[in-house]
Amino acid sequence: MVVAVAFMLVVGWWQVDGPGAETSDSARPLALSGMDFDLIDHEGNDVGPYTLLGRPSLVFFGFTYCPDVCPTTLADISGWLDELGADAGRLNTVFITVDPERDTVAAMDEYVGYFHEAIRGWAGPLLEIERVVAGFRASFEKVPTSDGYTINHTASVFLFDAEGRFVTTIDYHEPREFAVPKIRRAMGAGGEGAT
Amino acid sequence: MKSIFLTTAFAILTAMPGFVFAGAEDIVVGDPWSRASIGTARPGVVYMTIRNTGDTEMTLTGLRTEVAAMPQVHRTATDTSGVSSMSAAGNIEIAPAGTVALEPGGLHAMLMKLNRPLIEGESYSLILIFGDGSEVAVTVPVLGMGARGPGG
Repeated sequence: MVVAVAFMLVVGWWQVDGPGAETSDSARPLALSGMDFDLIDHEGNDVGPYTLLGRPSLVFFGFTYCPDVCPTTLADISGWLDELGADAGRLNTVFITVDPERDTVAAMDEYVGYFHEAIRGWAGPLLEIERVVAGFRASFEKVPTSDGYTINHTASVFLFDAEGRFVTTIDYHEPREFAVPKIRRAMGAGGEGAT
Repeated sequence: MKSIFLTTAFAILTAMPGFVFAGAEDIVVGDPWSRASIGTARPGVVYMTIRNTGDTEMTLTGLRTEVAAMPQVHRTATDTSGVSSMSAAGNIEIAPAGTVALEPGGLHAMLMKLNRPLIEGESYSLILIFGDGSEVAVTVPVLGMGARGPGG
């Protein structure tokens, strides 16, 4: 009996936490080709995951009423794009809002204008934003504050290769010098040849 | 004559971006800066370092500025799954000889309910209020929206 219980405990551990556990694929973003959503870019064009195929992509979530993390991320990315120089033009760089209520196409258009010219701003209805976020295995949550609301959200930058396969993320607190090599890796991974 | 000189010197100094007029003599504020805002609907943000050169703990209990009706210290935290959240930080204790940094992605002064837009190139006064009742006035220069630090 004791042996049987011990056996069951070991089996349970093996399947839940041990080497037999499912890999973290459930947390890994889908390939862009496996996603389905319809958004509008800051110039009013219809866009979706298909828009990003053919070139490597750098995608991140945020909202324009966010005073700290979002402008910092946009400023960091602008710096990385400056470092990439002309190669920045071979990359899709997209800021997707998680605040459909306040971030209209016009608001996104004004906001992205303050950062690197290659950055595109995508907006859309809540349902579509939820589909994007689910595909990225990211999250966002509206939280009330004393002056309205803020939105907790995934602050990592997602990198995809030119075929739309997920490559890696650049996390918010990662040292800046890691970012550009990662972007170059995603650019090289798509078969366009490393630079 | 002397007082005119002093008044003029004071006016010049306080007009300089980044100049800090210390009311609480043990507090030294460094590198204050603010991002330009788009209009007044979105909250503004202020960063700086606050150093306590004295031998007693100082507690930052509040902020006051004419540019915003509700200035408040907030803290951004990013968890292991990469999700960032922001909440009011409450009182900020600064140990003797200690420094607290308000910096991107961490503690920051958030200017809610802006009374006027923060325009790049301008500056404004922000009062730090401490638990002992003392106050420190900080002149905060407004940098561009895409600034990454006090140097722009």
